Amino acid sequence: MVVILDRVSFQVDGTPILTDVSAVVPTGAVTGLLGPNGAGKSTLLRLIAGLEAPDAGGVELDGARSGRGSGLSRRETARRVALLEQNAAPSVDLTVREVVLLGRIPHRSRVLGSFGGDDDHRVAEESLAVVGGSDLADRAWHTLSGGEQQRAQIARALAQRPSLLLLDEPNNHLDVSAQIGLLGQVRGLCAGAAGTGLTAIMALHDLNLAAAFCDQILLLHHGRLVAAGTPEAVLRPATIAEVYGVDCDVIPHPRGGHPVIVFAPSSTILAFPPPREPEVTQHGRAHR
Amino acid sequence: MDRVELQQPERTAAQSRRVAGRARYLGWLALSVLALVLTAGLAVTIGPADVSLTDVAASLAGHLGLPGAAGVAPLTDSIVWQLRLPRVLTAAAVGAGLALCGAVMQSVTRNPLADPYLLGLSSGASLGAVCVIVLGVAVALPAAAFLGALAALVATLSIARVGNTITPGRAVLSGLAIAQLGAAGTSFIIFWAAKGDSYREILNWLLGSLAGSSWSSVVISGTALVVVGAGIVLSATRLDAFTFGDTAAASLGINVNGTRWILLGAVALLTGAMVAVSGAIGFVGLILPHLVRGLSGPGHRRLLPLTVVLGALFLIVADTVARTVFDPRELPVGIITALIGVPVFIVLIKSRKAAAWS
Repeated sequence: MVVILDRVSFQVDGTPILTDVSAVVPTGAVTGLLGPNGAGKSTLLRLIAGLEAPDAGGVELDGARSGRGSGLSRRETARRVALLEQNAAPSVDLTVREVVLLGRIPHRSRVLGSFGGDDDHRVAEESLAVVGGSDLADRAWHTLSGGEQQRAQIARALAQRPSLLLLDEPNNHLDVSAQIGLLGQVRGLCAGAAGTGLTAIMALHDLNLAAAFCDQILLLHHGRLVAAGTPEAVLRPATIAEVYGVDCDVIPHPRGGHPVIVFAPSSTILAFPPPREPEVTQHGRAHR
Repeated sequence: MDRVELQQPERTAAQSRRVAGRARYLGWLALSVLALVLTAGLAVTIGPADVSLTDVAASLAGHLGLPGAAGVAPLTDSIVWQLRLPRVLTAAAVGAGLALCGAVMQSVTRNPLADPYLLGLSSGASLGAVCVIVLGVAVALPAAAFLGALAALVATLSIARVGNTITPGRAVLSGLAIAQLGAAGTSFIIFWAAKGDSYREILNWLLGSLAGSSWSSVVISGTALVVVGAGIVLSATRLDAFTFGDTAAASLGINVNGTRWILLGAVALLTGAMVAVSGAIGFVGLILPHLVRGLSGPGHRRLLPLTVVLGALFLIVADTVARTVFDPRELPVGIITALIGVPVFIVLIKSRKAAAWS
């Protein structure tokens, strides 16, 4: 799916959260959404998912306007776009199968959808198999590790049969191997032999993982897009210093060649100016 | 000649577990329906006058125009048909309706403690009903109870809401306040209008009683249960979508606010109809869905039908106990449901997930 952001702006109670964000995400690309806390990453994902409507500008999904009151309906959007929230937890203890079946909801009939058929089960089982989670089907949610929960969530997202996958900080609370496993899985879904035409946009905090797993990076700062392009083009010491207020060097990965960000030794950190504009965290609060 | 290999359709382990799970659920459902019918029949036989199951069957057959009606004494027949059967059927409908209300409220508010009684809806409905009865306002009793329940619901949720979130703990606290206000208002109005045994009447409204059940109670509670209940059961998928919260529901294509208010409105309607015939009976809506989840799992397609059946069964039993333990005096049925409900409530707030609710 091609996602076009056309001068997207969004405010909450007069506080600008996003200002004039324009970008194009091509089909099959894995796009990393980077930026400090409160830069507007989650809000941008919500706008792309059609959960909020921009105050100005627009989001186009394969040429159709998304967002309330225009173009795609909620259900139509939900059949095209799947969103993985940060730290989602169910209110009752579902099994993994039940979680994955939730992804079939947008495909069910409105009136008699409560009697969903075996097709739903087949799709759910296939989706679980794709993430290597077939053996998890009957496990209760609270018995899963963080990595298994995220795999179940991805299977749920796949059961929606989307063409766009949005992930909001999917690596939260995961250990290193689960983080790498998860991002590898997302890459495989987009570019893999499955050839599903799946496109992914994920908000990330870890610059190195973004550099290793993303085709392109969108870097947000105070709700504005300050850089966009390949990891090599975006993740430069000067840009990182400007946005994150951190001193670092960028070197090519010895095996992969992609940029690796190494932060300055602790002895030199004090010499570096602290980040400006302390209201950053306020933005973060406003959109939650 | 070629050997034909009969290929059995292959089933994965997960698929066979799913089929086994469905069979187990259908087994529970069938068993519960059977138990409900038997319990209802037995409950009609229990009471000061001796009535046998045969009498019950014969009386039913007579009134429904079926063969086998002969041989029931007219007195027995009118005890069965005019007194006990309407009461048992009303108990069944009220129990089913309140249990369904609890299941829906727990899901759309993501609050395991949600229940029409704890969140003040039942008291609000009592107040509405009492206003109509005592003040002689020309509004139908169930309609007034519905408006009372709706007002209480809106009040509870508005008080509990801070910013854009309602935590389960705050909802219960503000529900407590609204329930107290509704109970005080109900008592005040009955007292003020004092005619006859006002204490008895106050008790009946605040703790619930099925003593006054007639065929019109059956019609009111039964119609509400069938009409509103069917709508709710058809919304099972939408209720499932709320499991991971509002954002997840919205990203699954659900109109979150619209769906939530329609379902809560349905709950207020159902609560109003039930309270109009029985007063405010507590804890049915709280405990039944939790007990049923143990049998059906949390998916609403299975949870809701079984909750309806077992809610009906539960209140028939509770009401039969309430009218027989101190025979000929009657306990308000809410005392029995509280005796069972409060321990369950305590287990719930002490459970391992309680930390997440505050």
